[in-house]
Amino acid sequence: MATYDFIFNVLGLREWCDKDATVGPMTMAELLNRKPAGDDPKADIGPMWELPFPSLDALNKACPAIARTRDLTKGVEASFLDIKDTLKVVLDPLTQPLSWFIRGALYAFQTTPWFIMIPLLLALTYFASRSLRLVGFVAASILFMAFIDHYDFAMQTLAIIFVCALLCVLLGVPIGIAMSRSDTMQRLTIPVLDMLQTLPPFVYLIPLIFLFSVTEPKLYGIAIILYAIVPVIRLTDLGIRLVDKEVIEAADAFGMTERQKLYGVQIPLALPNIMAGVNQTIMMSLAMVVIASLVSAPGLGVLVLRGIRNLELGVGLIAGLGIVLLAVILDRVTKAALARVNAASAVQRNS
Amino acid sequence: MVMDKDIKISIRNLYKIFGTKPRAALEHVRNGLCKAELMAQHHHVLGLQDINVDMRSGDITVIMGLSGSGKSTLIRHLNRLIEPTAGEIIVDGENVLTYGERRLRKLRREQMSMVFQHFALLPHRTVLENTGMAQAVRGNPRSDYEGEARKWLDRVGLGGQGGQYPHQLSGGMQQRVGIARALASNSPIMLMDEAFSALDPLIRTDMQDLLLELQEELQKTVIFISHDLDEALKLADHLVILKDGQVVQQGEPQDILLHPNDPYIVDFISDINRARVLRVRSVMESPDDPDQSFAGEVDPDDTLESVIATSGGDTALCYRVMRDGHQIGVLDMKKLVRALVPTGAAQNGMRAQAV
Repeated sequence: MATYDFIFNVLGLREWCDKDATVGPMTMAELLNRKPAGDDPKADIGPMWELPFPSLDALNKACPAIARTRDLTKGVEASFLDIKDTLKVVLDPLTQPLSWFIRGALYAFQTTPWFIMIPLLLALTYFASRSLRLVGFVAASILFMAFIDHYDFAMQTLAIIFVCALLCVLLGVPIGIAMSRSDTMQRLTIPVLDMLQTLPPFVYLIPLIFLFSVTEPKLYGIAIILYAIVPVIRLTDLGIRLVDKEVIEAADAFGMTERQKLYGVQIPLALPNIMAGVNQTIMMSLAMVVIASLVSAPGLGVLVLRGIRNLELGVGLIAGLGIVLLAVILDRVTKAALARVNAASAVQRNS
Repeated sequence: MVMDKDIKISIRNLYKIFGTKPRAALEHVRNGLCKAELMAQHHHVLGLQDINVDMRSGDITVIMGLSGSGKSTLIRHLNRLIEPTAGEIIVDGENVLTYGERRLRKLRREQMSMVFQHFALLPHRTVLENTGMAQAVRGNPRSDYEGEARKWLDRVGLGGQGGQYPHQLSGGMQQRVGIARALASNSPIMLMDEAFSALDPLIRTDMQDLLLELQEELQKTVIFISHDLDEALKLADHLVILKDGQVVQQGEPQDILLHPNDPYIVDFISDINRARVLRVRSVMESPDDPDQSFAGEVDPDDTLESVIATSGGDTALCYRVMRDGHQIGVLDMKKLVRALVPTGAAQNGMRAQAV
């Protein structure tokens, strides 16, 4: 006798219930709840106190024709598997370039000898920041990692971040511009961005594993891009919307075309915000590239994963330190570049 | 007053209503609803109501009103930064409201330039690049407009500062760049939206003098927005006073000062130093008695203040008003003193009816 029997009896649905019974294997919860017959300590507590919520599982007990929650998750899975092949036909060729880019970057970063790569990175640091102190810090960090034989792993991680963050900017800035120009577009995009930002990163990985081969770098590439693209979109939109209304009015009054206004006024004035978005995007792709080692992303994340799997404490901690160093390097370099952009335009706002 | 100047811009029956259904609200306004009633009953803001103004070529037309009177809205209709609800704006005989996007852009690029209250310079471009903005927007290469831009920077007193960025300049200097930018577009019409309101009083006076000096030479059609009566009286050839989106009175400033037709304007002008603003030509009489004896000669454009100084305060004197060596009028000091009494409302004006 189940709690909600009476509903189906009153409605005269008893016959329908028993006829279309969805009988499946017992769920794990049911199995664990099974108790020896005749030994029910809760039997003497009033039935009202123990009233279960009328959930799918509870109703199923009274009427087997009703699906169980397990059937819902199974249904989701089945429908995903049904559309999977069609989805794959569309998505596979569309995302294939991502695999090429990541493979190419991994190849380039790993085959370039260290005595070329390290000076190149230091030159890039100087170009972005114009600060010798920062170059010194970056040099010390990279040399330290190379000294403890983590150079290759660090380069793999950097290569993946390089490709993914670049694509985030290339895709995210235009989306942000489109959002800033249309309120409808903004209304439609914001919920998607909220979802991408709050969905636990592991959840991206599950459907991606079904869709793409684990040997394809695009598998983790897509996960990283989806996760890291949000801030650059948001801050581009915000930056362009924050441009002084009177300056926009002046641009209109002097007869600028939309294109002249966008490239000559809006983007240059939104640049500090866009750069802040790029900084956040890079940091988030670094966070995701570690998680993505679960699905075969190479790099320092692999060592962290090894530390967890085999309980190799030292391996995990040292790799973690390497990730922190990379994060600090990337953050400081992009922030220094941002500060240089700010110096050119922020003073105006204060005056 | 010179009456033979062409009408450059003509605003006809212009209405602007802000809200979700301005067309429906327009009907209510035409049926006699006032601003407050429209707000209370239909939640639409009446921005401008039945504006009719003619602006003459080579004149400075000052549109004056307190904040919220619709003056900034009005000036933005001239280059259609704001679209009107109804009416016509005729520039050089063409209704700009019929213009398509391309023609409108041409109007903004070549016929009108604008100076803004908070300067609105591009912070990431140098002063020189800002000055050449109008030419750059037209697609002219930098080498073409650089000389021109430099010339105008010299003209507004910023020679040699072209390489600086706007934030390195003071407010007054930034607005000089704003004016140079407008002048460098070589457009016949200049719109100035409270151009000097954000500046210190001393610098503001400087800029007013600069504008008058440039105007003497360039004879542009200037539309100047101001909330400051002293500024308006100093600059205006034609003064339009707005209140709650309506034109209360318009005309020659001296005339408005001597014959205000609305208590609102009487209030406005009551604090003015009339002796400094009024000029001999406004209070002189026609020379009817040839045998009259005169204490001296004065110019029709002299202020009453300077005449009082000349006369030493003697009200018994009479002066001969001379222009180009000919007598054009007679100035009686008694008449002059009477003109200084501030409550000079017109007998048939609104104030006379209200009392």
